[in-house]
Amino acid sequence: MNFDFGYMIEIIPELIKYVPVTLYITIVSMLFAIIIGIFLALILVNRVPILLQLSKVYISFFRGTPPLVQLLIIYFGLPQLVPALNSITAATAAIIAFSLNVSAYLAEIFRAGLDSVDKGQAEAALTVGMTYPQALRGIILPQAARNAIPATGNTFLGLLKNSSLAFTIGVTELLAQGKLLATATLNFFEAYLAVALIYWGLTIIYSWLQTWYENHISKPYVRET
Amino acid sequence: MIKISNIKKSFNKSVVLKDISFHVTDGEVVAIIGPSGSGKSTLLRCINFLEKPDSGKIEIGDVTVDTTKTTKSEIQKLRMQTSMVFQHYNLFKNKTALENVTHSLRVTKKLNKKQADEIGRNLLDQVGLLSKADSYPISLSGGQQQRVGIARALAVGPNAILFDEPTSSLDPEWVGEVLRVISGIANKEKTMIIVTHEMKFAREVADKVIFMDDGLIVEQGTPEAVFDNPQNERTKKFLRNYQKHSSVEMDKENGKFALL
Repeated sequence: MNFDFGYMIEIIPELIKYVPVTLYITIVSMLFAIIIGIFLALILVNRVPILLQLSKVYISFFRGTPPLVQLLIIYFGLPQLVPALNSITAATAAIIAFSLNVSAYLAEIFRAGLDSVDKGQAEAALTVGMTYPQALRGIILPQAARNAIPATGNTFLGLLKNSSLAFTIGVTELLAQGKLLATATLNFFEAYLAVALIYWGLTIIYSWLQTWYENHISKPYVRET
Repeated sequence: MIKISNIKKSFNKSVVLKDISFHVTDGEVVAIIGPSGSGKSTLLRCINFLEKPDSGKIEIGDVTVDTTKTTKSEIQKLRMQTSMVFQHYNLFKNKTALENVTHSLRVTKKLNKKQADEIGRNLLDQVGLLSKADSYPISLSGGQQQRVGIARALAVGPNAILFDEPTSSLDPEWVGEVLRVISGIANKEKTMIIVTHEMKFAREVADKVIFMDDGLIVEQGTPEAVFDNPQNERTKKFLRNYQKHSSVEMDKENGKFALL
């Protein structure tokens, strides 16, 4: 068997230097996706005319086409239509593509989260003089968010791994660096396995954080004994 | 003072309220009774625009609203005049008992935490739940949740409180404590409109009883007039049916329902 365990361990620190790039693309995309997702979900729940139909098309498109294709359209295709976008960096294009893609998934997750908060609580908020936005902020969104966290976490993990697609348009992130090391030394298995282990480690750390956070915010919903 | 004039409301093709008018003077307690599906709850929910009436006029305090042409700010002003206690409590599940009472004060009246908490604790004390101030709704019994709901409704200092079947989803063992709290408030000259199926309670607590059937006010008057000497055939039939169903229950529950 030809497996250089030592080499694999050796390159891990070299690869970890690129984890910040991966995390940067993932986290910034996620933040934008959450903001867009909340707006889409509110449009879906409140059935805002015209916007509702537009949102449905948007969601259908971004869920119905591969993220890699979306990435290529945005990085190579859009500058063709809008010359001002010529100077767009690969990382920015990746963030735009992932934000749009993930927001479509989050919209449905958040819609289900909002629907899971019974209407009576919103009504009660109105009857004590709150406006709908005030009811949303203080009462409905916090509960909807809690119900949406598990599915949102799954989406985040998907995004973390899909961020490796950015390497196809030239962003030097974790996978790109792994490929570089692999082709330089021809230790393909070691290099890609090291990359895989780092992704795996990141998802494990994230899962811990999420479990801790879920327990933290579940206090109101656990019966006192 | 509440004055409701010619309220009409349909859902799709079914007419739920057919021209309802009545008034409530300050400090008066009005009980609305009637069979299920007679439009009682819809009427109550029209008063604070949880349902938008198709037509009619609503006057509460110094706010008058023509329901055919309303603006958001008018609806908001109208809602500020009343508060509501719900059949299913509808407590904010992410808030403690105290926060349920104080949240609206913080958000709508911009009180600071100290002022709001003082009012909140005072009200929880009034409904006998000061010791549960820091509990979340999930840890409270139905009766306790409803009492928090009442404290929440009192907190905003409304012109009137609307009760939508406040005991209908409670286990029998909690009904008494909730009714006691409501009649305690009624004794303080608070204006109240109560939709209820508790006839004994309606008789004891109300100054006026309104009997509704099929989207209309069939009969109204003092509790004595409506319960002991009903004029309309439909009222008589409803009360007869009610007595038939509850005569056994009432004997057994007499002790528990002793209200005052």
